[in-house]
Amino acid sequence: MIDIDAALSTFGPELWLAAMGVLGLTIGALIKDRFNGLSFKFGAAALFVAAILAALYFPGGEAFNALVRTNPYVNFAKVVAFALAGWAILLAEPFLRRHDTIRYEYPLLIIFASLGMGVILSANDLMTLYMGVETLSLSSYVLAAFHRDSARSSEAGLKYFVLGALASGLLLYGISLVYGFSGSTNYQAIAAAPENMGVLFGMVMMICGLAFKVSAAPMHVWTPDVYEGAPSPVGLFFSTAPKFAAMVVFANIMFTLFGGVLDQWQLILAIISGLSMVIGAFGGLAQNNLKRLLGYSSIANVGFGLIAVAAGQKAGAAPLLIFMTIYAISSLGLFAGVLAMRRRGGMVEGMDELSGLMRHSPWLAIGLSVLVWSVAGLPPFGGFFGKWEVLKAGVDAGLLPLVVIGVITSVVSCFYYLRIIKIVWFNEPLEKFEPVDLRVLVTVLATAAIAGIVFMIFIQRLSNAANVSAMGLPL
Amino acid sequence: MGGFPILSAMTFLPLAGAVLIMLVGSLTGGGRDNKSALIVGVLFSLATFVLSVAAFLGFDPANQNYQLVEQAPWYGPISYKLGVDGLSISLVLLTTFLTPFCLLASWNSIETRLTEYVVAFLVLETFMLGVFVALDIVLFYIFFEAGLIPMFLIVGIWGGKDRVYAAYKFFLYTLLGSLLMLVAVIYMVRTAGTADIAELETFEFARNAQMWLWVAFAASFAVKLPMWPVHTWLPDAHVQAPTAGSVVLAGVLLKMGGYGFLRFSLPMFPDASEFFQPMMFALSVIAIVYTSLVAWRQTDMKKLIAYSSVAHMGFVTLGIFAFNEVGVQGAIFQMLSHGLISGALFLIVGVVYDRMHTREISAYGGLVHRMPVYASFFMLFTMANVGLPGTSGFVGEILTMVGGFQAATWAAAGAALGVIFSAVYMLTLYRRTVFGEITNPDLKGIADMNRIEWICLLPLAALTILFGIMPNLIFNVTEGSVTRILSNMAGG
Repeated sequence: MIDIDAALSTFGPELWLAAMGVLGLTIGALIKDRFNGLSFKFGAAALFVAAILAALYFPGGEAFNALVRTNPYVNFAKVVAFALAGWAILLAEPFLRRHDTIRYEYPLLIIFASLGMGVILSANDLMTLYMGVETLSLSSYVLAAFHRDSARSSEAGLKYFVLGALASGLLLYGISLVYGFSGSTNYQAIAAAPENMGVLFGMVMMICGLAFKVSAAPMHVWTPDVYEGAPSPVGLFFSTAPKFAAMVVFANIMFTLFGGVLDQWQLILAIISGLSMVIGAFGGLAQNNLKRLLGYSSIANVGFGLIAVAAGQKAGAAPLLIFMTIYAISSLGLFAGVLAMRRRGGMVEGMDELSGLMRHSPWLAIGLSVLVWSVAGLPPFGGFFGKWEVLKAGVDAGLLPLVVIGVITSVVSCFYYLRIIKIVWFNEPLEKFEPVDLRVLVTVLATAAIAGIVFMIFIQRLSNAANVSAMGLPL
Repeated sequence: MGGFPILSAMTFLPLAGAVLIMLVGSLTGGGRDNKSALIVGVLFSLATFVLSVAAFLGFDPANQNYQLVEQAPWYGPISYKLGVDGLSISLVLLTTFLTPFCLLASWNSIETRLTEYVVAFLVLETFMLGVFVALDIVLFYIFFEAGLIPMFLIVGIWGGKDRVYAAYKFFLYTLLGSLLMLVAVIYMVRTAGTADIAELETFEFARNAQMWLWVAFAASFAVKLPMWPVHTWLPDAHVQAPTAGSVVLAGVLLKMGGYGFLRFSLPMFPDASEFFQPMMFALSVIAIVYTSLVAWRQTDMKKLIAYSSVAHMGFVTLGIFAFNEVGVQGAIFQMLSHGLISGALFLIVGVVYDRMHTREISAYGGLVHRMPVYASFFMLFTMANVGLPGTSGFVGEILTMVGGFQAATWAAAGAALGVIFSAVYMLTLYRRTVFGEITNPDLKGIADMNRIEWICLLPLAALTILFGIMPNLIFNVTEGSVTRILSNMAGG
């Protein structure tokens, strides 16, 4: 007998999303192309409602024989991820309309991807986790190849699929080892199982699979290619909601399943984190394509966030949420800036195309500059406190060498962030962009205001929320 | 002041002005080429000056502690806390005093994107003031590093030929230094459980930790000051920056380094400061002697003055690390006086640069025949830079050397060499540009100083002489905080 109340309060947002996804498919099958325009509002509304539901059921619970179990920590992530996904749908609409690829499948795929995010966040069992990962991944592969007539987009989809399948294989292999040596797929049972080599071996495999999902080195290779090849709104989606959700899942698994053997994996995560920061910082130096650059920037930032994971639950749980929230919001704004770059009916993506943006579109330029500074972690913008929190977690956990790597790579990556600023402010202006969609401009300015200024002043609020959420994690 | 948050008002007034100018500028669409933005900017910076004077009147020099304190909770142990002591109020006054002249001096020299220029300058002023009034170490750090952004834009947009290179170099150099400081700040806040500067001053860090913290802080301040051997960003930034940018760079931004040593390194890490004293003396002496010699060989006027700034900052570190009242007082005095003098010298170079568009010394010569007033002002500031008695430059140099002499004779002896060298390079510069026959035909029609240049230079000249004759005007203000810093050191 299923306890309906518990099921709703634990899994309500996901049930809602699944229902909406199926409903959308049905409507689409019935009225076909007439649903195309409306579907975007439908999808965004569905995701915003899901975010509200996740907020309403914030304390979480357990359902379906402990297959799913939520706590404030994952619910915080759900709220942010669903809201970002809804926003991403809204931003995609004008873009796809111009490219004549406006189809109702797009928002529905994002709904299903978000369902996958919800499932991996709620998972309390390795089987649930794997199902969620596949739901998220399969939708993502299709999204990456959404411009099916474009060779670049298809290439991105295929690359993502092949590498993603490999990573899923690693994850599954790790899961099977953990199951085999601990005797259970349930999180609590695994955590309670006595420490043994087989479980640790499986854990390392699982870390590999998860590192792929968050695009941490050495599993990062797909990121720049997929960001560049996938249609820009898809890149925007990838760099925000799934990234946020995957990071929190990563942390959740490390803390909940393997919290007792922190000493066994701390070094592994520290190496992954350090490598990601170094590769993200140096790899970005030679890029000219803005989307590729954002790919490298995201590798570097994920590496930074992983410092908090490596710091362990006590020191790192709340800082991870703070850092990733600010980063994901900034990332949304930066990618929205890419959407604004249109000349003569086509997208332009080279960094030099931003030349002299300050002269012809000052507000866009100021918004983007604030976001760039903020992602670079420079005061007086909100990104500073994100980095501050993570570095503090690193110092708390005694990971000083990692903290110093983080600081030094920050300086290196500043080099390319500065290049954007330089091109926008110093260079001679090129031809004006085509009129920017209001939604895009509002997004750039709103994210700049939120990530750059509001979070700077009201950082205490965000921090309180993150700390309350982190308390929800089982100790 | 009856609870009125005068320091906040003073700090954020320029920012408010910047926002206002930006909004009006974008609403009216144009405004790029007319001077109204500049006028509004000057008015805002003057109002800021008035507020800082009002703050100064509410300040009691006899009280050693932080005054006019404003505090609001912000984030965990971090609070929004402002306040001043004698050291910071004098630097605040220097900042608010110089900024209007910087803006005025841009009247003729900045021809493009004037609105953005004024906005950048006002934002920079807010951050500079914030650095000096912040009484929370994180708030200090935020202002300290945020100041890089407008300065990067000022050098990069309105600078000379190699401006982009100079802007990058300036930015990345300073950033690397300050991020190391960030790690140290995190450690301190964690260990002491507070970010309040006044409380951190009395907190005793373990000797071993002090060493690391001191090095991290020094990395930042030494770059900012700048000290040899991390000074190489300065000549580039100075040469490429527009005149007003150089003025504010030499006048105020360099002082943040000295301020940092006095506010953090000495009181918070006394053991480490003492441990590193010989090194700091050695670096100071090298800076003084070596950069003086380098300055002598320069062919570019701005570069010469830039190197002379490095040399003069050597006196500041010499005085600070003497750990006695004479030395520290002298160092503070030297910072203020150097702010006036080097600022004035950059303005002086700017005057001829605006007319001739070259800074090569060899392009000039015989200016005295065409620009007698200019030559007189130039003479005054040259002498002040050399340290002629009667000018403020003398007081700072002599006191830091006396202080240094008490601590280490060899250091003072080395520094004294620098005094001689400064006469060599400054007088050479003066002779080659001002005296002699006019050889360059372009100079035949050069006009003497105009009204705006008069307005800019006259007050600086007056103050240089006033402080040279009556140095107690400054000592009385800074005495209390110097005593406190030194007693903190002894106590710790």
